[in-house]
Amino acid sequence: MIICLIFIFPSLCGAQKSIILATTTSTQDSGLLDVLIPVFEKKTGYFVKTIAVGSGQAMAMGQKGEADVLLVHSPAAEKKFIAEGYGVNRRLVMHNDYIVVGPAEDPAKIKGMKVSTEAFKKIAGAGALFLSRGDNSGTHSKEKAIWKVSGIKPEGQKWYQETGLGMGQTLNVTSEKKGYTLADRGTYLALRKTLHLDILTKGDALLLNSYHVIEVNPAKWPKVNTTGAKAFVGFMVSKEAQEVTKTFGVDKFGSPLFFPDAGKKEEDLGK
Amino acid sequence: MDLILEGILKAFYLLVTFDSEVMKITLLSLQVSGSATLISLLIGISIGTMVALAEFPGRRFVVSLINTGMGLPPVVVGLFVTIFLWRNGPLGFLGVLYTPTAMIIAQAIIATPIVMGITLAAIQALPKNLRLQILALGATRFQMVWILVKEAKLPLLAGVMAGFGGVISEVGASIMVGGNIKGYSRVLTTATVMETSRGNFDIAIALGIILLLLAYFINLILTNIQQRERPR
Repeated sequence: MIICLIFIFPSLCGAQKSIILATTTSTQDSGLLDVLIPVFEKKTGYFVKTIAVGSGQAMAMGQKGEADVLLVHSPAAEKKFIAEGYGVNRRLVMHNDYIVVGPAEDPAKIKGMKVSTEAFKKIAGAGALFLSRGDNSGTHSKEKAIWKVSGIKPEGQKWYQETGLGMGQTLNVTSEKKGYTLADRGTYLALRKTLHLDILTKGDALLLNSYHVIEVNPAKWPKVNTTGAKAFVGFMVSKEAQEVTKTFGVDKFGSPLFFPDAGKKEEDLGK
Repeated sequence: MDLILEGILKAFYLLVTFDSEVMKITLLSLQVSGSATLISLLIGISIGTMVALAEFPGRRFVVSLINTGMGLPPVVVGLFVTIFLWRNGPLGFLGVLYTPTAMIIAQAIIATPIVMGITLAAIQALPKNLRLQILALGATRFQMVWILVKEAKLPLLAGVMAGFGGVISEVGASIMVGGNIKGYSRVLTTATVMETSRGNFDIAIALGIILLLLAYFINLILTNIQQRERPR
């Protein structure tokens, strides 16, 4: 086995039944995939290579045929990805929501606000530090969309900084710098114990965060492991995986991190 | 401060309980960086010695390249290795991206110039007459090179330590070409990055301490070999 790993190429060692899953950092940082992947692997015998990057990078990998299946949360970019023929069989898996978090002192006074665009306007108005992911991830796309609706161009402003890091790291930076940021609830809850950040704004329809699985189109890239991708998509929307998703995190964080949505329509979420 | 203490306790706990995941990660770190160092020794010492002993036009240029290579940024290596190993890249047919093999390749590329540069300096630092003396005593060319390498043992082992130290502590390339896949290509450095971003600072600190201990013990062994027959 060791010799296999090191000296001989793994393709000769029976590792052929592997799939590359490109996914967002939130599914890994929250720990959800650590629970789901072993179940899938045991059931199907596939070996899953999880590459946790932002949704933007995950889709870029799909576009180049360097991943077999994606688990992402950037709906607008996903639709474009499908329309351009890079992906097929996009299925809704689960959702949670984005939240605006910030220090307890709340210099921009957004605590309890229900409309994200209003909160963003107040942050900009107060010139309070805002940390952006800045990495084309799903969260970053959402954040840019909220700024756009707010009619504010934050780029280049003194109070606006981009970390270029994943969600967990960005939350750590935000906590240290006593700034504001937009986060997915799953990652925030998973990290809450080490953060000095409170949920200040939530509950707006714009703050919906939905996760989809997408098979990379084998017609574009013949090397894509399409049977494996199909198996994974099927698993993520299966009753078993949805059940795991539903209860994941309840024991540790007191509330679920994700809400399973298989079979539902995206338009119906949050109603 | 509490956090660091917690981390130390956690490291102790993980070590004495032989936590299977941590053991696996530690072993893989050792395997990957050890193999990469071995490869870098083969290539680095042979080419380093060759360049040290040879006279050819443009030699200074080659030496300057090797010396620059000693500071090769791991992320740049990671990026290029990734692009070459992509399924649809030039070496995609090997199918090794996101495997420990890819990590060994990347780390070997990082360590080789370090070993090569130190070998070069070590062999060149030997007295010039030594070569003539050895040859005059009737040694073949190969025997001469072998004696020179043995003569330069002290600095060469420093090269081994620098090469190994460079790759065992490296994270940028490993995470890019290995993917930090649980139970498969997760090593101490990439696991530390991940646990930090998960906010599990105690585990991150524990992994960091284990990494330091590992590096210490390897260097202790190498130092013992190096200092065994110290010239009096």
